[in-house]
Amino acid sequence: MSITLKPRRTQTTRRGLRAALATVSAVSLVVLTACGVTSDGGDPGGDLSDQRLRMMIPNAAGGGYDLTGRAAVKVMEDEGVADRFEVSNVEGASGTVAMQRLLNEEGSDDLLMTMGLGVVGAVYTNQSDATVDKAIPIARLIEEQEAIIVPADSPFTTVNDFVEAWKADPDKVIIGGGSAPGGPDHLFPMQLADAVGVTPNDVAYVEYDGGGPLTTALLGSKIDVGMSGLGEFAGQIEDGSLRVLAVSGAERLDTTDAPTLTEEGIDLVFTNWRGVLAPPGVDDATVDAYIDAFEEMHDTQAWKDVLEQNGWSDNFATGDEFGEFLNEQNDRVRTTLTDLGLA
Amino acid sequence: MDLLLDGFAAALTPTNILFAVLGVLLGTAVGVLPGIGPAMTVALLLPVTYSVPAESALIMFAGIYYGGMYGGSTTSILLNTPGESSSVITALEGNKMAKTGRAAQALATAAIGSFVAGTIGTVLLILLAPTVGPLVVKLGAPSYFAIMLLALVSVTVVLGSSKLRGFIALFLGLAMGLVGMSSGQPRMTFGFAELSDGIEIVVVAVAIFALGEALWVAAHLRRTPLEIIPAGRPWMSRSDWSRSWKPWLRGTAFGFPFGALPAGGAEIPTFLSYVTERRLSKHPEEFGKGAIEGVAGPEAANNASAAGTLLPMLALGLPTTATAAVILVAFESYGLQPGPQFMTQNEELVWALLASLFVANALLLVLNLPLAPVWAKLLRIPRPYLYAGILFFATLGAYSASASAFDLGLLLVLGVLGFAMRRFAIPVLPLIIGVILGPRLEEQLSEALDISRGDYSTLWGEPAAIICYLVMALVVAGLVAAQLRGNRQDTRTPETEKDEVHT
Repeated sequence: MSITLKPRRTQTTRRGLRAALATVSAVSLVVLTACGVTSDGGDPGGDLSDQRLRMMIPNAAGGGYDLTGRAAVKVMEDEGVADRFEVSNVEGASGTVAMQRLLNEEGSDDLLMTMGLGVVGAVYTNQSDATVDKAIPIARLIEEQEAIIVPADSPFTTVNDFVEAWKADPDKVIIGGGSAPGGPDHLFPMQLADAVGVTPNDVAYVEYDGGGPLTTALLGSKIDVGMSGLGEFAGQIEDGSLRVLAVSGAERLDTTDAPTLTEEGIDLVFTNWRGVLAPPGVDDATVDAYIDAFEEMHDTQAWKDVLEQNGWSDNFATGDEFGEFLNEQNDRVRTTLTDLGLA
Repeated sequence: MDLLLDGFAAALTPTNILFAVLGVLLGTAVGVLPGIGPAMTVALLLPVTYSVPAESALIMFAGIYYGGMYGGSTTSILLNTPGESSSVITALEGNKMAKTGRAAQALATAAIGSFVAGTIGTVLLILLAPTVGPLVVKLGAPSYFAIMLLALVSVTVVLGSSKLRGFIALFLGLAMGLVGMSSGQPRMTFGFAELSDGIEIVVVAVAIFALGEALWVAAHLRRTPLEIIPAGRPWMSRSDWSRSWKPWLRGTAFGFPFGALPAGGAEIPTFLSYVTERRLSKHPEEFGKGAIEGVAGPEAANNASAAGTLLPMLALGLPTTATAAVILVAFESYGLQPGPQFMTQNEELVWALLASLFVANALLLVLNLPLAPVWAKLLRIPRPYLYAGILFFATLGAYSASASAFDLGLLLVLGVLGFAMRRFAIPVLPLIIGVILGPRLEEQLSEALDISRGDYSTLWGEPAAIICYLVMALVVAGLVAAQLRGNRQDTRTPETEKDEVHT
């Protein structure tokens, strides 16, 4: 499972995903309020095990952020790290709507939001000023490597075959990705182009609405190269109809027999990561309590099981370390998108 | 055959029947509610995959999928409030039938049509999945663009008696379809991030159909005498049957291939079926007043497309709709990876799933057919209460879709537009078709041109595309010839025009 379920538009059902959640959470909110249990009454900071918290998910149920956020919440509840989370999906503009809502709730000491690389870029392409550096970083949870995928009968057998052809004529190598401009599958080829000496503006990028349509295009050889997380291609890679030229992380994956870019002499490490933010204006004691809670969650066996079940790589960081990383990512994404005229 | 029988044996255990019943009930329920769809329901139920055997979970999910396709028709017919985008077309004739006391027949033809289409679709799925599966990826963006352009040309049939008003509606719809992100930049979003995913078809349909009509009725409530909706017969008559069976089959013929095509979807076959039935009907004068063919065809089409969707999913592991994508996640959480080898490696599971599709279909029929006359009684509620209820229902649907006040505002603005369209006798069908087709056309065109790096000759570079353009040329030539012979439609009386106002 990867970010590629991220909705864009046209699919009613997809939008419908968030509806029942919203309904359910609205109903439960009403019920809770009626019982006189509100989240504002508790003592912020310290132990979270008697706190009622809210987790906002910036895309539809079943999408990448949703699976990550809900898995984290479930482990925290089951292990007694936190008392109860109310999860709501706030969909729209690839996460921009949720990001705006997070910043609007300045000082709310019961709200967290799951986000990731896609949200960093989406706020720029949507020309919103709700950038991620305005929120308080809590924890980076997981990462997923991008892969360079070609159809079985592609002339490219190594990533360098592809890069050579690409450098010779970027117009002749059509690249598809499962995200809109600003999303991980778009940022990756742009940064790769930069790293190998192709002008990002010359990249022939074709946007697909998630992993399904991208797979279709690859299987039909409509495009030359696909760039996306590996999650949705497992079956095709297994049966040999698609091949992986390289993966984008610092180290090889156990599950996929493909070199990293650095092994192949390309100086680029790129991962699609997901983490958790809190709104600005939350006091330090609460932030520390959040961080403690996520650290506690990260140490549980249940979380390790979740990582394995979903094929996610552990890439845990909290507080300042995550904050520095977030700022670095934010700058890098902004530069890439500004160069392309998209931000 | 033995495999299928084994499949039935697996699907018909008490536990699995229970899961199938649960699935179709849930599916019908979410299909009824606008804004809540089968994809979200399956996504919310994903955690059950940790505790329930693969067979049972997949059987339940398949039931939800088929049930959702069926449930959307109930509110379309009774309340003019489509629950799903694939049921929008059903509202056109279905609600007119309901108003003339034929709600039970409309619901029945929808239920039986769904059953027939779902069953034929499942048979086709079994026959075709192993062989045709690998072929569906051959069609590229140029072919899809041509297919959708052909669909747009067929719209001219339903522009109504005033071509000018028809085109106004069509272009309004196409303009609404322009709202949203394009090439990574916001377009016509007026600074609202909420608009960057585009305007939902269901919100447009509910606003224009349900809200527009409620406002229209409210505006005339004191001036026009109360129409009593006749009680009507509870069951389909012989003529209903004879007028329904061909549209069921034709609807299936449209729905299945569109479902199986990766960029096909369930909406386009429903309105292709509608325009075809309108063309072929022996009672064209009834269209716009409640023609049963206009319900039978599209309802068969959307269920057949649900079956079609499973073809690329099982054969290639390709999810082509949101629901299929979430069902695929469920497969993966069992460590199953649909794809070319899946059908041979997991024979038992696949056949159990296919058998359960038959079971789900039969269950839907058994559950829904007897309920048709019961639902139909809903319309005997006095008009002010009925429309208040419809308004409540529509608003709840729009709000629950994202729990944002923005969508409510959008619903109201579009509702006023729907009222204005009735006031100025502008038909609503071309608008809905514009909203559905516009963004799809654009998506395929931009994909085709992105791949060709701006070379337009790519558009007729695939055989399927060329065939579509030839058919289009024939259709246009036929229209011109008909025009020259003096098209009778132009001499329609203003009376007909007035009826189409409510279409």
